[in-house]
Amino acid sequence: MNKNENLLSVENLSISFGGLKAVDNFSIKIKKNELYGLIGPNGAGKTTVFNLLTGVYKPDTGSILLDGTELTGKNTREINLSGIARTFQNIRLFDKLSVLDNVKAGLHEHHKYGLLDSIFRTPKLKRTENEMTERALEILKVFDLDQEASYMASQLPYGKQRKLEIARAMATEPKLLLLDEPAAGMNPQETAELMETIRFVRDHFDMTILLIEHDMKLVSGICEELTVLNFGHVLCQGETKQVLNDPEVIKAYLGE
Amino acid sequence: MKKMSKKNKTNLITYGMVLVFYLIMQGLMMSGHMSSLMKGLMVPLCYYMILAVSLNIVVGASGELSLGHAGFMCIGAFTGAIFAVTGGKNLPPMLEIVIAIILGALVAAVFGFLIGIPVLRLKGDYLAIVTLAFGEIIKNVVSAVFVGLDSAGFHFSLKDSMSLNLLEGGEVIINGPQGITGLPRNATFTIGIILVFIALFISLNLLNSRHGRAIMAIRDNRIAAESIGLSVSKYKMMAFVISAALAGAAGVLYSHNLSTIQATSKNFGYNQSIMILVFVVLGGIGNIRGSLIAAVVLTILPEKLRFLSDYRMLIYAIVLIAIMLLNSAPKAVQWRSQMLDRLHAKKKVKEISKNE
Repeated sequence: MNKNENLLSVENLSISFGGLKAVDNFSIKIKKNELYGLIGPNGAGKTTVFNLLTGVYKPDTGSILLDGTELTGKNTREINLSGIARTFQNIRLFDKLSVLDNVKAGLHEHHKYGLLDSIFRTPKLKRTENEMTERALEILKVFDLDQEASYMASQLPYGKQRKLEIARAMATEPKLLLLDEPAAGMNPQETAELMETIRFVRDHFDMTILLIEHDMKLVSGICEELTVLNFGHVLCQGETKQVLNDPEVIKAYLGE
Repeated sequence: MKKMSKKNKTNLITYGMVLVFYLIMQGLMMSGHMSSLMKGLMVPLCYYMILAVSLNIVVGASGELSLGHAGFMCIGAFTGAIFAVTGGKNLPPMLEIVIAIILGALVAAVFGFLIGIPVLRLKGDYLAIVTLAFGEIIKNVVSAVFVGLDSAGFHFSLKDSMSLNLLEGGEVIINGPQGITGLPRNATFTIGIILVFIALFISLNLLNSRHGRAIMAIRDNRIAAESIGLSVSKYKMMAFVISAALAGAAGVLYSHNLSTIQATSKNFGYNQSIMILVFVVLGGIGNIRGSLIAAVVLTILPEKLRFLSDYRMLIYAIVLIAIMLLNSAPKAVQWRSQMLDRLHAKKKVKEISKNE
């Protein structure tokens, strides 16, 4: 695939809940290997966009194209299998599973064996499980979580839980990674660390990332392009520096 | 890798416990130290253990509160009993019960699948209520139906045995509320324990695989599970059907331990379902070994308390409450973990002093 081609192209996406147009005519184009930011004040519809992209909501109008594949109308599972993985604003881990098993659950669709293999614990199961453990530990290592592999996910400190969520999403081998406010609730040091991690993920896995963020420092630090949403509309779109200096954007964020 | 071996170790302990339990009970029976009342409890112990293990797959791993487990047991029991008085009549006892168990499990699995289709669309309390209803429906339908067999095949009726219009030489198999009579009583404690082992083997291996991981991931967070590509309906159904099949096998054991079975509320009603749920809850939801122990203790306890006559059920209730508090009251849990820590600390001190 050509580097300058669009990996994700979304056209005229709209959804309304009752009378409220939560997202109106949303379009976005993300190039491969790009780090793209989606920002906007509270209630602007950012998470709704994520939910539309991952099939949690079905759009009223519009189309979603990932790497040439039509995703509009598919359900969450199909969309993940087509190559979009996400994290959540409020962390959603498998709390009672180990850190390792959280990542192995992400590998589920890529390393398979049958139900009978499970019940009779065949060599195929052992081989596949070993592969999965190895791969999962590799991924955990990238996120500096391999020391905590046997911990229960809920025992991890907050910052590491956020990282584990990204690790789990990466285990599904996505083409596009959606991060929903990855720095929410983090202290400045954790945020700085996270910025490093996100950048590293992009370079190491050659990943394309779309992230929602409130932390302006994080956004201006790592995002190459931005889209600003306000009341469900796209307010401004373009290179980060340009967008952040746009008078409309400043107005939306700081008031007049 | 270390963790895998730890899991295997706990599983081995579970198998070992069942084996030791079997040897002790068998020893007591052989040496004549067991009352006939207790002897009669041995097979029920086995099917209660299987029921507890199987319900733990749905309640513990899949996280759905199912209150209709006795219904699947009922299906297994009647499937097994019908086979015993028809096709299996002239077979050797061992062969007969093995085929009956397989049939009972399969038929219960089919019903588990059919009932699972509507039930698994629901969540939480609603799911519990509907499983409860299905359990009752199964029991009531079975107790209302008349089935006969003659040279022309099976006949069904919902009215009475006369309207089956059996040919000469035909036999009534299920006589409505009077159920099935003339069963061979082929179940033994040894067969029961073997079945417990099989049930344990299936459920422990299932939970310790990618399928079990998916089932538990969906329990912990359905939305996240979908977002990483897990098929929620497939794995919920898998847990439900396997659990139903094991309950069906337990039902076959039940029907082969009696000469007559009837689909009464006492046998397959919701009290029975709640009873199985109590094993699971007291043993610790998701803890298979715990539910085994709870099944054994709570089946033997009422019999052992018989000398207290009227106070029997009172004591039983107090024991239930005590176990529940010990298991989940924050203070009790704290006290327990402190005790455990102290034990470990003592061990460490010993080890250190040894090394020096």
